[in-house]
Amino acid sequence: MNIADLSFYFVAGLLPLSVMAWMLGRNKVTKATTRERWNSRPGHYGWYSIVWLATPALAVALLAGLLHLAGLYTVPATTFLIIALIAAAAGCWQGLRMIQPSLRARDSIEKVIRGLLIAAALTSILTTIGIVIAIIFEAIKFFEIVSFWEFITGTQWSPDAASGDNVHGMFGSIPIFAGTFMVTIIAMLVAVPVGLLSAIFIAEYATDGFRNVAKPALEVLAGIPTVVYGFFAAITVSPLVVKFASAVGLHADYTNALAPGLVMGIMIIPFISSLSDDVIRSIPQSMREGSLALGTTMSETVKQVLLPAALPGIVAAFLLAISRALGETMIVVMAAGLRPNLTWNPLEGMTTVTVRIVDALTGDQAFDSPETLSAFGLGLVLLFITLILNVISIYVIRRFRQHYE
Amino acid sequence: MSLQINANMKRRYAAEKRFKAYAITALALAGAFLIFFFSDMISKGLPALQQAEILVDVHYNDTSMKSYRKAVDKPFRIIVSRGWLRTLPLHMEDHPELMGTTKSQWVIANADVDQYLKEKPHRLKKKYQKQIDHLYSEGKVRLAFNTGFFTRGDSKMPELAGIKSAVIGSIYVLLLTIAFALPIGVMTAVYLEEFAPDNRLTQTIEVNINNLAAIPSILFGLLGLAIFINFFGAPRSSALAGGLTLALMTLPIIIITTRASLKAIPDSIREAAFGLGASRWQTVWHHVLPLAMPGILTGSIIGLAQAMGETAPLLIVGMMAYVPDAPGSMLDAATVLPAQIYTWAGESIRAYEERTAAAILVLLTVLLSLNGLAVYLRKHFEKRW
Repeated sequence: MNIADLSFYFVAGLLPLSVMAWMLGRNKVTKATTRERWNSRPGHYGWYSIVWLATPALAVALLAGLLHLAGLYTVPATTFLIIALIAAAAGCWQGLRMIQPSLRARDSIEKVIRGLLIAAALTSILTTIGIVIAIIFEAIKFFEIVSFWEFITGTQWSPDAASGDNVHGMFGSIPIFAGTFMVTIIAMLVAVPVGLLSAIFIAEYATDGFRNVAKPALEVLAGIPTVVYGFFAAITVSPLVVKFASAVGLHADYTNALAPGLVMGIMIIPFISSLSDDVIRSIPQSMREGSLALGTTMSETVKQVLLPAALPGIVAAFLLAISRALGETMIVVMAAGLRPNLTWNPLEGMTTVTVRIVDALTGDQAFDSPETLSAFGLGLVLLFITLILNVISIYVIRRFRQHYE
Repeated sequence: MSLQINANMKRRYAAEKRFKAYAITALALAGAFLIFFFSDMISKGLPALQQAEILVDVHYNDTSMKSYRKAVDKPFRIIVSRGWLRTLPLHMEDHPELMGTTKSQWVIANADVDQYLKEKPHRLKKKYQKQIDHLYSEGKVRLAFNTGFFTRGDSKMPELAGIKSAVIGSIYVLLLTIAFALPIGVMTAVYLEEFAPDNRLTQTIEVNINNLAAIPSILFGLLGLAIFINFFGAPRSSALAGGLTLALMTLPIIIITTRASLKAIPDSIREAAFGLGASRWQTVWHHVLPLAMPGILTGSIIGLAQAMGETAPLLIVGMMAYVPDAPGSMLDAATVLPAQIYTWAGESIRAYEERTAAAILVLLTVLLSLNGLAVYLRKHFEKRW
């Protein structure tokens, strides 16, 4: 019996037993002959016995799971099911015995529910911890092989040439980050002007009817999966870039950085526009009216009053957009190159952090080879940059809110 | 003096007009891109809904059982799909009554014939081009609706490749995602909005959720690889590993939207319930959650749509494997629609391009309808207090 079957039998066994426990607990109340007033509703006593039934059974399952994962001892499947059943029965019996009119069943289950809710809330913290630990743990292994300083300052990235002990100078990440920043800068050059101006038009000039059409239309851009953008960048935009470049006498690679940058910029437009739009609209109407009453035109109001007031929010949107662009994967995996290339020319093929991560982890290297581990080193830097950008933008936006709300 | 003012005014109004023109140009650019993008995808993808078929005599007998290529007459052997011919012996085993008969039937053509008929780049030799032209004039070659695209799994032969296994993989993954993310997300939101005291722990959780929402999706893939696969031993490229990874990614979206819809419910509802002696949980379960349901549903649908289009973390947990048959369980190797799009996009054979675009059309249709449904639910069921 494998683990999937086992957990299925476990849950499938627990469910009818729980229903039974609920009815037993409830019946004990409804069929009771005592004249005393019951503290809680009959259903609460039903749930109370379910708690008594399920807790020991789940505890047994948890214990068995821990023992198995720690590699200490694997409980045979049938033994496990029998022990769990006995524990459940004993718990249920004890729970039923405790059901009396004075028992505060509602308060007890309320406490259990609260515990469950806290446990759920902690999942998100566990996830973050999990990500950080998973990445740091493997990254440390990588930095045991390659020195951190070399990784940060080296200008040559050739993991294929690195074999055995010869890793010196093979894992310099500068060309990879250069590619990442190049693509990000191109994307921001597209997204910021278009996104910001669209937001200004939607917030200040557009009629309600136009706004109701334009805003969802822009949001469609954010709903398109990145793999689709990647296909579009690789199949349609890249050849166009090459054609344009050769029309003006330049040479462009098919894996140029310009095509994924442009497409990524379009993907990011809605992030900038919807956040900026929210921020501009949350500026008090009085500021707008005060400025217009002084005889300014709308554009003067926008440029001299609204934009300065909205600046913190716009900066936050900008930072979030950058972190989105840095971590974007599919567009660059499909349209940018694999070759690390340190250049200022966006028409040449360049590679990015995310491309190298995907390439290192989908290849057929052994899991502890330096190349595979390098993915975690790159991931660590990416995580670090994104978190910093996010923390700054949260801080900036909070300051902005305090100012106006 | 007044002349100067007039000139000044003219300049300012011109600036106003220019600015407005810039703004509307920006919006028009985004709109133009949207139109260009969709027309490009549709024009690339629609041809894949048709598939070239050839009317040939298929001989069901022992010779073709031994060497499947002999099931059709010699001139057709090149132009008929080899992959289809290869399935013949199995087909005959399943249908012994066919043995010894010769049936004239429509058979899937080779990918090059298909591309030639659609006037796309192809590698069909001149000799066969003439043959196809001839057959076409006799009505023995046609472009028929490509049902195989929806009823077959992935294949190394473009003419036989379909999206069925990817769609089923996607369904598995999404079921798992929603099964984990929805309860945990809603419970977290309920705790933070309705139960949590305003202390350090609560603030930590809140900051943490915001951070989680901003972490690049690919890093969730690293988490899935290191924790679910390497530590807990979930099978690589299984729907289980992918679904769990996506669940963690969708969690922040569900939490944030659920919290927003819980916040929108006025306190008078809660106070009325407390006034009647309800406990905190009774208030939440009987009054707050039902009222917040439309908002929660909208948020889950949006989260689900996002999970459905996600590719990067799934590549890391190995869900780009070649999966010709639909996965039978959560533990089998599976692929999802976006991952299928990725692998087809990387194929060197040109005939895959239109299938990639067609798969994209399918994905976009589903995603846009999901988002439309979310908007509809919000518009029609959300109460304004």
